[in-house]
Amino acid sequence: MSLVLTLIKRDLVLALRHGGSAWLPLGFFVIVSTVFGFSIGPDTALLGRLAPGLIWVAALLAVLISLDRMFQGDFEDGTLDLLRLSPMPLGNVVMAKIAAHWLSTGLPLIVATPLLALELSLPAHAFPILFLSLIIGTPSFSLIGAIGAALTVSLRRGGLIIPLLILPLYIPILIFGVSAVDAVLAGMSPWPHIKLLGATFLMAAVLGPVAGTAALKMAAD
Amino acid sequence: MMFLANPVRFLRLADTLLPWFRWGALLALALGLYFGLFASPPDYQQGDTVRIMYVHVPAATMGEGVFVFMAIASIVALVWKHPLADLAAKAAAPIGAGFTALALVTGSLWGEPMWGTWWVWDARLTSVLVQFFLYLGYMALWQAFEDPAKAAKASSILAIVGVINVPIIKFSVDWWNTLHQPSSIFRSGGPSIDASMLVPFFIMMIAYALYFGWIFLWRLKAEVLARRVQTRRLRMMEA
Repeated sequence: MSLVLTLIKRDLVLALRHGGSAWLPLGFFVIVSTVFGFSIGPDTALLGRLAPGLIWVAALLAVLISLDRMFQGDFEDGTLDLLRLSPMPLGNVVMAKIAAHWLSTGLPLIVATPLLALELSLPAHAFPILFLSLIIGTPSFSLIGAIGAALTVSLRRGGLIIPLLILPLYIPILIFGVSAVDAVLAGMSPWPHIKLLGATFLMAAVLGPVAGTAALKMAAD
Repeated sequence: MMFLANPVRFLRLADTLLPWFRWGALLALALGLYFGLFASPPDYQQGDTVRIMYVHVPAATMGEGVFVFMAIASIVALVWKHPLADLAAKAAAPIGAGFTALALVTGSLWGEPMWGTWWVWDARLTSVLVQFFLYLGYMALWQAFEDPAKAAKASSILAIVGVINVPIIKFSVDWWNTLHQPSSIFRSGGPSIDASMLVPFFIMMIAYALYFGWIFLWRLKAEVLARRVQTRRLRMMEA
């Protein structure tokens, strides 16, 4: 366990100090949401209606652009080979990587969300559920994304093929996440959607590390 | 399954089976289309538009079925290192993608007069579209690797992960009560449609399955032969 924590800490330090790569997805998230504001125009009622979908899509894209680096740096410089030789099972490495990925991309997005929700004039009473849906949904993005990142780790143009592999699997998360916030806006209960979002998280928590580990083993052979 | 692990044996079997599948598929398709388009009554609500269903439903069913087939073949490839299993999944993918595309297009053609719209973001339609994208991703992943052995393993993992979408498609009409109607043929308590319409349905179903068998064996044969050409070329370079 302490090895896993060490690995997470190392990845976080690398993400923070290495050319500010932790801030790039966040910057992307903020700018994309702002661009939505420009493209749709200043109609606050319309923006508020669209805000849940816009914020979720911006979050999805921000996670997506950061996925190709999840394993690639360690694969290229041989760290991954050393980690495979270490006594720690490869599955733990994958889980540590996923955790570090979420902490360095998903979490900053969630922290920045209130600002964007204000900017897109989302009614204030929908904030808590937007928060909650992103807290459950973004880890699922990292978990499923690990499959795509591991499958394409040995490909030089991996970044281009990841969206094709992973986006279809992201669609349920996106639907339940947006539906939960939409339900609040429509005055209905968001809990059925939140529960389904939780179910997709549990499924991703099983599938992501297992398939990611299998794919990583294949790439290193 | 292990009997077919020998490619020579597979090729011999494929050559024997191919004419049966080919003529069976053509015959069943001709019969099915005759019954579906001429010799069955129009629906009391949908009129002649119901005939689109004889093309649509088998295509959708086969689109799902082929994905399950690919996932099973991928498991066999990863677990038993069966030499033909990953090629089988690869050979099946474009056919399944074609079935799915056909289901989407015919569904859209049916939806315009019946629902008044070409496309809705209904759970069934969306999940079938997701399946189509998964097929595309699977085929793209095969193309992305230079080493066919790595491509085979990576694609197998993707097929196994992607099959999770099939039960979502199947139950989408029961879980979410949206526009697409629930199943009327494969349901507990028997089909809810009349025999005069069931007959063309089943003939078309058989026609699609035979068509899949025909094209699949053909493509798999081509894959096996292509691999053989590659080995021979490598051997000639060594010599």
